[in-house]
Amino acid sequence: MSIVYRKSKGLTDAEMHYCPGCTHGVAHKLVAEALEELGLVGSAVGVAPVGCSVFAYNYFACDMHEAAHGRAPAVATGIKRVHPDLAVFTYQGDGDLAAIGTAEIVHAAMRGEKITTVFINNAIYGMTGGQMAPTTLVGQKATTAPFGRQKDHYGSPIRMAELLSTIDGCVYAERVTVVDVPNILKAKKAIKKAFQLQMAGAGFTFVEVLSTCPTNWGLTPLEAIGWLKANMIPYFPLGVYADRSEAK
Amino acid sequence: MTHEIVISGFGGQGVMAMGKTLAEAGMKEGLCVSWLPSYGPEMRGGTANCSVVLSGEEIISPMVQSPTELIAMNKPSLVKFEPQMVPGGKLFVNSSIIELKASRADISAYYIPCLSIAEELGNIKVANMVMLGAYIGATGLLQTETIRGMLAHMFTGPKAALVELNIEALRRGAACVREA
Amino acid sequence: MAKELWKGNEAVAEAAIRAGCRYFFGYPITPQNEIPEYLSRHLPEHGGCFVQAESEIAAINMVYGAAGSGARVMTSSSSPGISLKQEGVTYIACAELPAVIVNMMRGGPGLGNIAPSQADYYQATRGGGNGDYRTVVLAPATIQEAADFTQEAFDIADYYRTPVVVLADGMIGQMMEAIEWRKPKERALPPKDWATDGTRGKRPHNIINSLYIDAKDCAVQNRKLQEKYDRITETEVRYEEFMAQDAEILFVAYGTTARIARAAVLKLRKDGVKAGLFRPVTLWPFPEKALRECAAHENVAAVIDVELSMGQMIDDVKIALAGAKPVRFVGMGGGAIPAPQELVDEAYKALGRCGK
Repeated sequence: MSIVYRKSKGLTDAEMHYCPGCTHGVAHKLVAEALEELGLVGSAVGVAPVGCSVFAYNYFACDMHEAAHGRAPAVATGIKRVHPDLAVFTYQGDGDLAAIGTAEIVHAAMRGEKITTVFINNAIYGMTGGQMAPTTLVGQKATTAPFGRQKDHYGSPIRMAELLSTIDGCVYAERVTVVDVPNILKAKKAIKKAFQLQMAGAGFTFVEVLSTCPTNWGLTPLEAIGWLKANMIPYFPLGVYADRSEAK
Repeated sequence: MTHEIVISGFGGQGVMAMGKTLAEAGMKEGLCVSWLPSYGPEMRGGTANCSVVLSGEEIISPMVQSPTELIAMNKPSLVKFEPQMVPGGKLFVNSSIIELKASRADISAYYIPCLSIAEELGNIKVANMVMLGAYIGATGLLQTETIRGMLAHMFTGPKAALVELNIEALRRGAACVREA
Repeated sequence: MAKELWKGNEAVAEAAIRAGCRYFFGYPITPQNEIPEYLSRHLPEHGGCFVQAESEIAAINMVYGAAGSGARVMTSSSSPGISLKQEGVTYIACAELPAVIVNMMRGGPGLGNIAPSQADYYQATRGGGNGDYRTVVLAPATIQEAADFTQEAFDIADYYRTPVVVLADGMIGQMMEAIEWRKPKERALPPKDWATDGTRGKRPHNIINSLYIDAKDCAVQNRKLQEKYDRITETEVRYEEFMAQDAEILFVAYGTTARIARAAVLKLRKDGVKAGLFRPVTLWPFPEKALRECAAHENVAAVIDVELSMGQMIDDVKIALAGAKPVRFVGMGGGAIPAPQELVDEAYKALGRCGK
């Protein structure tokens, strides 16, 4: 009997708590597969955020830290500076990374910390129940923006891949999505490349993953995918924003 | 006997170094010593001062509120700290740049043209050592040999010539006090 | 060993290196800047690493990461910066990680000033951040103690897997005194088999965490922490008595104010008044029992608490004495320092006599 497919050894057997249709599971799988394929599971330390993926420490098979809200890049900095040989990554959502943790992510990039950040952008606070995120689109409703995000009140959503790409220490920034197979394959490639660059000592690497949140968007999983393609991708275009690696 | 000393002047006059030299020499001679710099925003504004305590007994507070000795390297320092001195205290004035005289009669004042003497010695950087020499001469507190030992440790190799220059500066300062 | 003249902040930094600390994460704030400055220069010489963070919050979270991955690590700051660090301290306490945090206190509240102060006593001894936790608090009164306690803080932190605070003030940070370098007493330290240094495929993954979503689990963790704090309280209490045995007036003071109180004791003794000093060296655990016993002597007429604050430790003094003796207070907030004479005057008031 031949094995056609098996779960990555980068993941534990713990049952994930994510809602039906949420793309966190796919993103976890891609990170785990990248680690496994690069032989890094035994020499990786991940840092989980506060938000929906707060329990990521139970799902990844490598050593894990749970960080305070927004501080994952600082925690990762501490780990990486002690163990420069380890693959250190943060896995963060949009509230965590682009609101409360903006200083930490920008300065980790500025220092060129040799870590990889996987940024899940679903344009909403999921765990706390659908509040407005810094990446919530103008007009998009949230429990704290009941009439939709108003530009004159909150401005326009922040584009983190673009922002971080302006920083020299950020050697790699790409925005991907995981809503269909071709894009999942591209996302996997991006995450793998980010880890490879980290292990080559190139600098800070960043992969933003546009994700769905059917529960808080009030849509079915299929509708959520359609909404992401119709609304998020036009505002958050996919693609490589920075590639300062020598092997371009 | 506890000596509570305030040394004050412009940044760059070697005020902090003078204090550290006093404290270290005191320590080497078996005294209890403390050194406390002014560390506030004023240190960015060009004035600097430090407090040094030399004592045969354990030092309570390194903060000097009523100096037994004041070394004023510039005019603002003289104006600020002279009123705080204890009666009978010793005041050392950098008379190369301060025209003012002591305003109190209950203290002993020594006017040391330390900058002019340093110029005569060919290096204005030793003005603070001239002042220190005057202090040692007037108080009889520390041995020049102790400071020579410290200087020999600090200045080695190509800088070794600075040891004798500094010692000469100390002597010249002490001589001013004897003349006075 | 020969005495050396050291500035408080630099002695703390050198002590950390001598204790095997190789990682420091900090952010500039007066009056403790010589600590990061010294370590930025000297840690690399020892194969270590210094990072100036973007904020105190980031710095303490770097400490959290480094501590979790097994390193001896320190951060330092002064009062307003320490407030910002509280987020990380409570995580470090709950995740049971060793770390050393130095607070060279300055005047407050708010931006306050940079003068010496002891107004962070509550914050340091009650945990400081959210939740039920404590940090061991060591309060040096001399540069010698600053050097000794900083070294020992790393051992205490490793031994109990808990954050340890070295609590001093701007005066101790800035002043120079003669010290001798010496090593703390040896402790048998447990292995750091919980550290996140890579599974290497040889063990299950280690998780550094402070999240216990199930209330039952969180209660278990709280109980575990409390048991640890009980052990620390039993074994780590430290204090010093100075002329306290026959005292009719007992001063209670720590750190810088203990120096002033010592001067007052000597002055009063010279005048024929039997004064003494009880100096808590660990502020948490507070030497409650020892103070109670010290003040229980029938000759003790009154206890005078002295602080560079509007009165914070006085709560612990009152708890210790449980009403057995009158407790008076001398102190001032905002960075001002009382003179020994003020303590002497208060002693005469307490005794209902006139001073000489």
